[in-house]
Amino acid sequence: MTAPKTLYDKIWDAHVVHEDTDGTCLLYIDRHLVHEVTSPQAFEGLRMTGRKVRAPQKTIAVPDHNVPTTEGRDNPDQMPEDSRIQVAALDTNAREFGVHYYPVNDIRQGIVHIVGPEQGWTLPGMTVVCGDSHTATHGAFGALAHGIGTSEVEHVLATQTLIQRKGKNMKVEITGQLPPGVTAKDITLTVIGRTGTAGGTGHVIEYCGEAIRALSMEGRMTVCNMAIEGGARAGLIAPDEKTFAYIQGRPHAPKGAQWEAALAWWKTLSSDEGAHWDKVITIAAEEIAPVVTWGTSPEDVLPITGDVPDPESFSGGKVEAARRALDYMGLKPGQKLSEIEIDTVFIGSCTNGRIEDLRAAAEILRGQKIKVKRAMVVPGSGLVRAQAEEEGLAQVFIDAGFEWRLAGCSMCLAMNPDQLAPGERCAATSNRNFEGRQGRGGRTHLMSPAMAAAAAITGRLTDVREMMREPA
Amino acid sequence: MEKFTTLTGVAAPMPLVNIDTDMIIPKQFLKTIKRSGLGVNLFDEMRYDDQGREIPDFVLNQPAYRNAQILVTGDNFGCGSSREHAPWALLDFGIRCVISTSFADIFYNNCFKNGILPVALPQEQVDVLMEDARKGENARISVDLENQTVTSADGQVFSFELDPFKKHCLLNGLDDIGLTLEKVSAIDAFEQQAQQSRPWV
Repeated sequence: MTAPKTLYDKIWDAHVVHEDTDGTCLLYIDRHLVHEVTSPQAFEGLRMTGRKVRAPQKTIAVPDHNVPTTEGRDNPDQMPEDSRIQVAALDTNAREFGVHYYPVNDIRQGIVHIVGPEQGWTLPGMTVVCGDSHTATHGAFGALAHGIGTSEVEHVLATQTLIQRKGKNMKVEITGQLPPGVTAKDITLTVIGRTGTAGGTGHVIEYCGEAIRALSMEGRMTVCNMAIEGGARAGLIAPDEKTFAYIQGRPHAPKGAQWEAALAWWKTLSSDEGAHWDKVITIAAEEIAPVVTWGTSPEDVLPITGDVPDPESFSGGKVEAARRALDYMGLKPGQKLSEIEIDTVFIGSCTNGRIEDLRAAAEILRGQKIKVKRAMVVPGSGLVRAQAEEEGLAQVFIDAGFEWRLAGCSMCLAMNPDQLAPGERCAATSNRNFEGRQGRGGRTHLMSPAMAAAAAITGRLTDVREMMREPA
Repeated sequence: MEKFTTLTGVAAPMPLVNIDTDMIIPKQFLKTIKRSGLGVNLFDEMRYDDQGREIPDFVLNQPAYRNAQILVTGDNFGCGSSREHAPWALLDFGIRCVISTSFADIFYNNCFKNGILPVALPQEQVDVLMEDARKGENARISVDLENQTVTSADGQVFSFELDPFKKHCLLNGLDDIGLTLEKVSAIDAFEQQAQQSRPWV
């Protein structure tokens, strides 16, 4: 009888090509996602060494970081020269090396971590990598998915493998049921607030418990997306009927007899009773509130009902870091979070740019007007955008005063023209509040789409629970 | 990749915790299709003002640290984005070794692909080295990869842990891809077997 295994153990074991005596493994990679920012040097490396892409049929490329999100963007003049060169390089590389490719003018284009699941590339039990730390998103399907650097991108292109050592197992259990107004984003931020940005370093997190099971696939992707902000390269959720229902019928999902065979294996993909965990965190869903970040690290998380903390209340190096963060953010200890005024609202990103996120924001915005200087919605993909238009959500955003944009990473990292000005304060549904992340001197508060919508209406950080409609 | 064997040099102190890769190299410099030339933009937003002038207080702008080869940093160095531009920028500036209590996983891994040695040591040892770093040119730190030691300016020797494979590659400046391609028959065999067991992949 074999020892009980975690889900991570099972996926890992199914992908080991070779193991050295010192434990260094060659791990097979089932899906390699590629975008324009971290791949040009890797393709150039292949060219210089005369190497090919080993498995172009398992490699998917899409431009997302640099692309403008305004109409008429097929016109290259919309992009500054350096962005244009990078997007053109992806175009050339994708065609020359023969990988799957969704160019800017394809309706399936979008943020790579939204496109992968949407097209059925991401499946349970797979290994998925991308030169992007938010690859953790795909873990929502029970796939082992993590970010890699450009040298590793080249390694995967050339060999379809990675040299890896196995990480540790960490379990994050969210028991019970989420209160009204509390979402997947609040779960994932609350976990990071609890464990810190290094809490998951060296580990793969498996999220489990009743509150996780109750989440939609969209919500599960939001949770796994930010595993990296907790320090874990990968987050996982065991696949279940919701997962299978989401996948079935997608363009690259298995069909017919292969679907049945896949399903039989996928159903074995959960952690065994008695499996070993190196670290366990348990949080009661009932204790989770709608949260926002106040500082410049994703661990700087507090319930919206809280106050800006005093740096002296921390210990060690965090005292100085918190002091620096408050200075950068223009905040004072003791200030009520719900009184912080907002200039800008950004709804989008690989964390919260899916249809369910847009529905949640539109629900709050219906019939309302924004009080902030500017607000934009950037759907995660062209297909999300089309669906939102079909459901009438786009009109809700437009009527409220939001800009309705084309798909891309946009203001999450501000590599395209969507940027904050110095001192501009933004309620954002993205994943990082680092200094300068959304533009030099820009001030980011992370939150859920519903909370961002609430802030848009009042012009300040707002407890969305005060705005929720009474159930009919 | 350049080998790393031993290094003795000036270390710059950066005690701030959670220095992320957005700080190390802001996104406006990721629009390059090369690996070189990023050193001038290392820590750009901490190092230069809005007009592009050097901020004199920033450590790497101070005369003692302009040629630093080592950084001694606060916890969780390199967190955030997977951008390999972070180690490329460090290397291009001349940094070959970063010493901290802890590193983010992806950054840590990326360093080894670029001839940079990240050294994780306990807090009290990092504190000693941070004090050395504060003394600038008057206190050089030595790093010996073969023996896995860091020696403080006054001769205290600290040992560090390291994955043997990573050490081997860094000591010899080896290219991973070449090593992996020596195992191509194992990859072929794996793919054939997976074609049977998981044909939908």
